[in-house]
Amino acid sequence: MFRSNVLVCGGTGCTSSNSEQIIDKLNEEIKAQGLDKEVNVIRTGCFGLCALGPIMVVYPEGAFYSRVTPDDVPEIVSEHLLKGRIVTRLLYQETVVDENTTKSLNETKFYAKQMRIALRNCGVINPELIDEYIAQDGYAALGKALTEMTPQQVIDTMLASGLRGRGGAGFPTGLKWKFAAANAADQKYACCNADEGDPGAFMDRSVLEGDPHSVLEAMAIAGYAIGASQGYIYIRAEYPIAVKRLQIAIQQARDYGLLGKNIFDSGFDFDIDIRLGAGAFVCGEETALMTSIEGKRGEPRVRPPFPALKGLFGKPTVLNNVETYANIPQIILKGADWFKSIGTEKSPGTKVFALGGKITNTGLVEVPMGTTLREVVEDIGGGVPAGHTFKAAQTGGPSGGCIPASLIDTPIDYDNLIAIGSMMGSGGLIVMDETTCMVDIAKFFLEFTVDESCGKCTPCRVGTKRLLEILDKITKGNGTLEDIDRMEELCYYIKENSLCGLGQTAPNPVLSTLKYFRDEYVAHVTEHRCPAGACKALTNFHIEADKCKGCTLCARNCPVGAISGKVKEAHVIDTEKCIKCGVCMEKCKFNAVVKK
Amino acid sequence: MKSLAELQAIRDKARAAVNIRENAEAETRVLVGMATCGIAAGARPVLNAFVEEVAKRGLQGTMVTQTGCIGICQYEPVVEVITPGQEKVTYVKMTAEKALRVVNDHLVNGNVVTEYTIGANAIGAK
Repeated sequence: MFRSNVLVCGGTGCTSSNSEQIIDKLNEEIKAQGLDKEVNVIRTGCFGLCALGPIMVVYPEGAFYSRVTPDDVPEIVSEHLLKGRIVTRLLYQETVVDENTTKSLNETKFYAKQMRIALRNCGVINPELIDEYIAQDGYAALGKALTEMTPQQVIDTMLASGLRGRGGAGFPTGLKWKFAAANAADQKYACCNADEGDPGAFMDRSVLEGDPHSVLEAMAIAGYAIGASQGYIYIRAEYPIAVKRLQIAIQQARDYGLLGKNIFDSGFDFDIDIRLGAGAFVCGEETALMTSIEGKRGEPRVRPPFPALKGLFGKPTVLNNVETYANIPQIILKGADWFKSIGTEKSPGTKVFALGGKITNTGLVEVPMGTTLREVVEDIGGGVPAGHTFKAAQTGGPSGGCIPASLIDTPIDYDNLIAIGSMMGSGGLIVMDETTCMVDIAKFFLEFTVDESCGKCTPCRVGTKRLLEILDKITKGNGTLEDIDRMEELCYYIKENSLCGLGQTAPNPVLSTLKYFRDEYVAHVTEHRCPAGACKALTNFHIEADKCKGCTLCARNCPVGAISGKVKEAHVIDTEKCIKCGVCMEKCKFNAVVKK
Repeated sequence: MKSLAELQAIRDKARAAVNIRENAEAETRVLVGMATCGIAAGARPVLNAFVEEVAKRGLQGTMVTQTGCIGICQYEPVVEVITPGQEKVTYVKMTAEKALRVVNDHLVNGNVVTEYTIGANAIGAK
């Protein structure tokens, strides 16, 4: 029995900032102090507060250390683990009340408004040990479904819970299962879509890294409900930690007989295999994903027939997103009424968001549906960094749109987001401040969709390319007002004529920025000016003569020699030579360099 | 896996190892003084005895943790038992054997082991 547990985040974020070395160093120091039989070091999944990584939590005290480096480890071991003195300087400052008192993590602003269902085990258990998952009631839902419920009862529970697909479209999960169950076939499949591809979204990765068994358990439940004996997880090869933990989890579940033949002596057989995707965005679309699992080129096909009738290998298939699955064991255990009591009437439950962009607490948050954008950005996210103002938030990645500051009090759920011209998407939430140019943002997402269009149908393949060309023209100051109108028309054309979700939603970033920030487009075109100062072609650097002290620092640092002037006299930038790198602005100690 | 009972058995066994991470619900806290003075006087075996015994008896809501020096170094190893709403009990000159009795008498049955407390052992006390 260990008297102390040291939990170190092993998610991708913290791993990239040396959490592996921290774990090695911890084990080494603990052994050196002779504490290896008393202190257990556990590598967990993501805690969510990625901005403060690498994160370490020491129990039973619950001390939350942030931004730990391998060099801090000897002090933590000799002071805290050996002598019981918490290393205050490394604590997450918000948990420190005074010198001798700390408050629990759940009382901090970042966690207080969160409600963790899909992420309940992330940062709590060791994802590579099935026993720790079982200790948190893991596989009890599968046991309950197989021994006490009929497949129809499972489907009824899912229907009653009102759970909607967390991949973004929000289709009721129970309905999907009902359709697949109703189609008789010799073989059916229950698959998991882990092809998370939106720029800035990483919640599925974190669930798989922190709690892989919850997805396996839910897939087995789905298999039982629809009559499938085989499942596939389609995951991108760029998620090596998630893939490795899934492989370990599948093997451990097989060893315990929680996957395989005759699970819980119920006569139900189910097994899961992993299929690695090569990173094509379009393979997150369900028909393209299944085509890819079949070993063919990942391109979407026409629906109907829907996968519930003819899916993988032409057989009835259920395909759900990772986060959707992670909710299911809790729904089976606690019941549909419990789930419905959380969130809003039409969107029950919680949603995980990956907070990114111009925000203090970058990371992963899970909130009940109906939480306002303001609560997520200001309370949980800590707001935009000091000195800047909130301009807009982008949800839904390249398929979604912008929510302007005027709508910050919108309660977030599927229907509200669609009503204001954005969408839930998988849950990326990118915060933007006044220095972000909305035309530039639209261009960024269009560059992504142009790259990722599979090329099967013309509106998407050619249309997005033309859209990008117009956007490029506008950001360079060469656009006309007719271009804006023509672009808008093209957007609707692409939406209406594309085969799959990629093309149907690709113009959304343009349409929603046009809806809320049309003035910025017009300023680019008519005044040849970028209001945010982000579009290089439209920005000129200029030295204000009255502020310039003639220190020559800018001139010495200019890489192209565009700045001239004598010592102690005002300098001048030659806009012909200037490459707009911004070094002069960065170096100037008197704020004399301005963008115009 | 053939039955729910089998799953339950694994769950119960694994539960003991992860309980420690849910300290928020702890009602009673056992603090073992683990500063240099405490360690030198033998606080480590005392701490481990508490951890083992509390886990063995499955005492939910009891958290065993370490603390620094409280300034009575001549009485180390010192153990404090804090239960909300009750006076703090301070045990002094503890050993692993005494720890087992404190768990049994005090933590389980609610009877303070008076003879181990600082009141009974203070210099000049009879």
